Amino acid sequence: MSSLATSNTTLPNAWLAEAATRISAGDALLATLELDLDNALRFSRGLVLLSEHSLQAREANGEWQRWNLRAGLALQHHDHAGIATLELMDNSTGTTTRLAAWRYTLEQNVAALRLIEKFDKQLEAVISGRPPETEEVVACPTCKALLEPGQEECPICTRELQTPPSTWTLFRLWRFAHPYRWKLLTGFLLTLASTGATLVPPYLTMPLMDNVLIPFQNGKPMNWSLAGMYLSGLLGAAAVAWVLGWIRTYILALVSERIGRDLRTTTYKHLMGLSLEYFGGKRTGDLIARIGNETDRINIFLSLDLLNFATDVLMIGMTAVILFSIDPWLAIATLLPLPIIGWMIHFVREKLRTGFERIDRVWAEVTNVLADTIPGIRVVKAFAQEKREADRFLEANQRNLAMNDKLNKTWSIFTPTVTLLTEIGLLVVWVFGIWQIAHGASTVGVLTAFLAYIGRFYTRLDSMSRIVSATQRAASSTKRIFDILDHVSSVPEPVNPRPLPQVTGQISMRDVGFRYGNRSVIRNLNLDIQPGEMIGLVGHSGSGKSTLVNLICRFYDVTQGSVRIDGIDIRSVAVADYRSNVGLVLQEPFLFFGTIAENIAYGKPDATREEIVAAARAAHAHEFILRLPQGYDSLVGERGQGLSGGERQRISIARALLINPRILILDEATSAVDTETEKEIQKALDNLVLGRTTIAIAHRLSTLRKADRLVVMDRGEIVEIGNHDDLMAREGHYFRLYQAQQRTHAELAEGGEA
Amino acid sequence: MSRFALTRNPAGRLICTLADGTVHANVTPVRAFPLAAPDEGLALMSQEGHEIAWIENLADLDAANRGVIEDELAGREFMPEIRRIAEVSSFATPSTWQIETSRGNTALVLKGEEDIRRLPDNGLLIADNHGILYLIRDRKALDRHSRKILERFL
Ligand SMILES: Nc1ncnc2c1ncn2[C@@H]1O[C@H](COP(=O)(O)OP(=O)(O)OP(=O)(O)O)[C@@H](O)[C@H]1O
Ligand SMILES: [Mg+2]
Repeated sequence: MSSLATSNTTLPNAWLAEAATRISAGDALLATLELDLDNALRFSRGLVLLSEHSLQAREANGEWQRWNLRAGLALQHHDHAGIATLELMDNSTGTTTRLAAWRYTLEQNVAALRLIEKFDKQLEAVISGRPPETEEVVACPTCKALLEPGQEECPICTRELQTPPSTWTLFRLWRFAHPYRWKLLTGFLLTLASTGATLVPPYLTMPLMDNVLIPFQNGKPMNWSLAGMYLSGLLGAAAVAWVLGWIRTYILALVSERIGRDLRTTTYKHLMGLSLEYFGGKRTGDLIARIGNETDRINIFLSLDLLNFATDVLMIGMTAVILFSIDPWLAIATLLPLPIIGWMIHFVREKLRTGFERIDRVWAEVTNVLADTIPGIRVVKAFAQEKREADRFLEANQRNLAMNDKLNKTWSIFTPTVTLLTEIGLLVVWVFGIWQIAHGASTVGVLTAFLAYIGRFYTRLDSMSRIVSATQRAASSTKRIFDILDHVSSVPEPVNPRPLPQVTGQISMRDVGFRYGNRSVIRNLNLDIQPGEMIGLVGHSGSGKSTLVNLICRFYDVTQGSVRIDGIDIRSVAVADYRSNVGLVLQEPFLFFGTIAENIAYGKPDATREEIVAAARAAHAHEFILRLPQGYDSLVGERGQGLSGGERQRISIARALLINPRILILDEATSAVDTETEKEIQKALDNLVLGRTTIAIAHRLSTLRKADRLVVMDRGEIVEIGNHDDLMAREGHYFRLYQAQQRTHAELAEGGEA
Repeated sequence: MSRFALTRNPAGRLICTLADGTVHANVTPVRAFPLAAPDEGLALMSQEGHEIAWIENLADLDAANRGVIEDELAGREFMPEIRRIAEVSSFATPSTWQIETSRGNTALVLKGEEDIRRLPDNGLLIADNHGILYLIRDRKALDRHSRKILERFL
């Protein structure tokens, strides 16, 4: 929805010219609506024009239709399943006739709303003969927020268009490595130095052979001092390599853990800031897998694989230089397998990357099954579906296995092939070396040194080829982590939040419309709530009561219109500032793992014990808490498992009361308690409600007797407002609801007596 | 004798007259299983959202009623079937896809991989950022190019 305002029609130029010819002199173009569907619902372009005197439309076949503005005309729009219909109706003949209908996707909705608004104004002007009121205050067509003069787009509605993350995701990880760059550099230099130290021994074997052993073999006396010097050089190099390697491993392990921590916490923090809409679409297991496993893979990649790779490259370069300096021809023979390996890497890389991405997803699927069934274990058992769930888990694991098997096929052939190539390379060097020595072009020492170097060289090559898989794995993980990090909350923090002064609790909703996806749930809702007023929200199940509350809490942002608190649009203040004024008791109370006291103090962690007890008393939770073995220190299980439904509800009431909010929202707060307890809670609430703006939802209408006003909702619209007696007298929706309830109560009572 | 008769009023709305003579204006036909069994189980819903008639199977209706219902459904149902994926802007979401559908060529913006829903028989249902649903009946039956692109999102 966020891109509605920004994607506002780009009209083909030719059409604009054509449109201009349709507007006669003395007329003026007021609004345009570009259609992206034709009446048979095919994607094609069309145009609706509103001018001062007429409404005109260009059909798909290029023909124009025209209606002069006159009394009786009306524009209507409605939408279903993501496509909207704009209809031109004629009421002048007594019966309503449809003159024309146009279809478009919701992408054009803003333009359509603007056109309708202008149409209504212009029509009124045409009928009354007075020019339309010059719009002194311009309001955004979607949210009705007032715009500054000259401001074309509403700052609230115009949100950043989502742009896909760049494909160079791995480079974006720099952000996490940056704080540790000096440590990483040290690690890198140490790796380099320790590997450099390992290059010394083969170099020493060369003179050891040529200056000590071979002369001795040729009958010269043993040069002990020279031999001792070379040998101690060998020992020294090994010792240096050991110390350096040790320090390096330690430093890098430290850095690796820290990067991992940063990645996880940053991702989690960002995740917490995302809107409910995001969580609605995600699977828990998938998110857990991303934050849990995949960050680990990334930090290992950053701190180990990447450094190893860098040193490998440098080492190979250095070795190559040494080899060339000793004997260029032999060196060329040594480097022969390199291009072949390079080609192989290129070949498997793509396969590996997509493969790893899919493995990650399949793995998330495995976690999903767990995250789905473990919390739902009671249902699983109740319906005796243990076996089916086990099968489902098996199936997910089977898929994971199949995926891995497939990838391993590619992967398993890769490393041995590299080894084979290096073996062949070695053979080539032997052959070539022997040939050269035989011709006196080289010495035994040189060949020995070469063979020693080549061993190291090829090990490097081998480990370098391994990075191919590590990189691809990390790249796919990175992508999935940045999927989270790049997600902009659909309930965004304003760029320049307005300070929210001490609020009085006045709420006003203007022309509010809301949809979940393409499903319109709330339509054209207007409601003003006075400070301290208690509103009872009633209506059939599914009529949009909880949704309305979600909008007031700003769990979701309205699709149209605005919600204001004390006259300030709630989208223009910081989310946390606003929510600290709202106390909420949800339809499904949720408790966290922890003690009862902690749960009550959830919204105000620094609350004193007295405050906690007072809140619990007010919510009538105090006594049952005291009956628990450890009182307020009792642990409630995950999601409050250790408590009954009513008990959980009372704790959540206490939790809402503790933060002493200006606005209190009770969504079926007393639905899970018996009538006796309900009465008690009701009494407590009656006191607490005083001086607070309260919105209470209840199916048991009797609970709302105290409400100042009852708001009756039906299918997303407010159908009646008034107090109990008014609404009963009106004999409308409320009356029917009430009657139905009285009847069932009576029936229940009868049934009980019989 | 059918249980109801459907007509269209000048305002373009459906009027349903039941066998007992009650008349409902603004009725809408709704499929119960739009994906699994589109032609089985249709309901006529009143303006207030109550069911006024249940149709086991479209084929059971007389031609006149069926014509009206099919006509109305055609104007309400919008689920373009993807025939080919020409191009995607990126393999990371959000991603813009240039597609060819049963209702012409267009572009869709995929917000996240979770907007792709798997259906039985290799079918996929893709929701774009404006909530329009696109259907792929059998992804194995797409051409190689499209399949390759799709694979990256599954
Ligand atoms: N997350 C969601 N995504 C899509 N649709 C939703 C979502 N939440 C609710 N709806 C739909 O919105 C409509 C209104 O739901 P809402 O929860 O506001 O009803 P309610 O009036 O609170 O009902 P109840 O009295 O049963 O709690 C329902 O038709 C519901 O199916
Ligand atoms: Mg509810």
